[in-house]
Amino acid sequence: MAAERKRVYAWEFPVRLTHWINVLCILALSVTGFYIGAPFIHAVSSKQYIMGWMRFIHFVAGYTFLCSVVLRFYWAFVGNRYSRWGALIPHTGRQWRDLGDTLKFYLFVRRKPPYAVGHTALAGFTYLFVFALFVWQIISGFALYNLVQHGTLWVILGGWLTGVMHLQTIRLFHHLGMYLILAFALAHIYIGWYLDSRERNGLMGSIFSGFKFVTGKEWE
Amino acid sequence: MGNASGTGAPGRGSIYESLLKRGLSRRDFLSFCSVMAATLALPASLTPRIAEALEKKEKPVLVWLEFQDCAGNTESLLRATKPTVGSLVLDVLDVEYHETIMAAAGHQAEKSLYDVVKNKKGKYIAVVEGSIPVKDGGVYCCIGGRSAIDIVKEVCSNAMVTIAAGTCAAYGGLPAAAPNPTGAIGVKDAVPGITVVNLPACPMNVENLTATVVHFLTFGTLPPLDNLGRPLFAYGKRIHDNCERRAHFDAGQFVRQWGDEGHRQGWCLYEMGCKGPETFQNCPRIRWNEGVNWPVGAGHGCVGCAEPAFWDKMTPFYKRLPKVPGFGVEKTADKVGAGLAAVTGAAIVAHGIGRVLSGGRKEKEEE
Repeated sequence: MAAERKRVYAWEFPVRLTHWINVLCILALSVTGFYIGAPFIHAVSSKQYIMGWMRFIHFVAGYTFLCSVVLRFYWAFVGNRYSRWGALIPHTGRQWRDLGDTLKFYLFVRRKPPYAVGHTALAGFTYLFVFALFVWQIISGFALYNLVQHGTLWVILGGWLTGVMHLQTIRLFHHLGMYLILAFALAHIYIGWYLDSRERNGLMGSIFSGFKFVTGKEWE
Repeated sequence: MGNASGTGAPGRGSIYESLLKRGLSRRDFLSFCSVMAATLALPASLTPRIAEALEKKEKPVLVWLEFQDCAGNTESLLRATKPTVGSLVLDVLDVEYHETIMAAAGHQAEKSLYDVVKNKKGKYIAVVEGSIPVKDGGVYCCIGGRSAIDIVKEVCSNAMVTIAAGTCAAYGGLPAAAPNPTGAIGVKDAVPGITVVNLPACPMNVENLTATVVHFLTFGTLPPLDNLGRPLFAYGKRIHDNCERRAHFDAGQFVRQWGDEGHRQGWCLYEMGCKGPETFQNCPRIRWNEGVNWPVGAGHGCVGCAEPAFWDKMTPFYKRLPKVPGFGVEKTADKVGAGLAAVTGAAIVAHGIGRVLSGGRKEKEEE
């Protein structure tokens, strides 16, 4: 690794903001959502309001998550080159090559990690699927919420889905979506930590500060 | 039960007249009218209008068809023990044909059905109970030598309105459950384009049938329906939102095992797989058997019997979530095993071919 390193502003403020809002929302939604699916605290008195609060937090976090995802969606059109759709959708030959190389690296077939200032091609591609998963969770969530809250807004946000899928199927896949997101989050943190410790490029810090430290090979 | 003799007795008169003949008082009649107003979620001020309609208008002629059914909806119609609302319900309808309860049999019975279709064209109400099998030309359900699909097409397309009584007639119900061997479907799918009011549930609550008919007599129109063809007065509200145990749900007090302390206390049946949160019907409000009780009130969770595909989608009845699709343990394990064996075999073959093509080169150089 070369000693010369450049400081690059990779993650703009909206990218970092939505990232952390998503983290908080996913934590809140998972805990309360898991409770709603299978209550793990039981009231000792009828004066308690446990399910009531859990549902309230779940719905508020759901709205927050929706806004955050909308904001990130918008930013993928107007943000810098690292946050745009182009970084998520592999559309160049180099991205596909990098995608294969990154996979090989993670499978211990290749020794050197591919260089990228922003996302690696594989990471970008993965985030595209995660993004789709977020959209599914939002639509299916509002489809179920539509049972409680009637109105055109909620029909648009997800109520229309009840005409396509059975409620119980929506519920099941809303539930399974949570596990997929949690599994992704674990892999995401582990890989971030692993790459940071290998490359010493400030990857883990970059999502707080926005800056990464690159050697120059990334622009080859 | 009006005239279930199949002879089409003359002078059928109004509902009010037939009630007087049964020895009921005007007070009973008015109390029936106010019960109907309440069931239809109408203000009490409309009770006189209902009474007026029932006094003046002729009883509607009704034919009741049964196909792939268990006669459960007929039971629901007949299980009225006391001369109160329950039996008043029966007097609202002039039933000309009903296989289970009619006196006539054979050709005579069939004739009475087709007499109605011919003479009362566009003026009678057709009630269908049970699903209609369409696989293999409809051979799985025939009455008097005719297939159910033939009968339902003729009788329902000439009716003023068709009422699908129970989940089987509305959506196919149990006979349509996977793998649906007879190709069972509901009335709306069997005869597209006709006016159908779906009154699903297993069985249908007969008060909803009566209220639908009373609404029709009083206002001359069908009650407003939802996108599944169900009257909003009966199916517009979620069971969970009107449940008497709802406060225990919000508090976090759940039955966790049959017969536990929570069950004795009447706590929420959510953890026992109650499908109240995904089922729309007025059970908690009008209840069953003349308002005596309803499943959740009796300590058993809702099974979602009024929803489409409930046998496939609401099961397991005692769990919150359905099974992951395609998962039967042994069957799935065998499939996974066969898949793995195929992949392994393919990998060995591919590797072998690769070795031959690369000239048996043993060691690859490091990058």
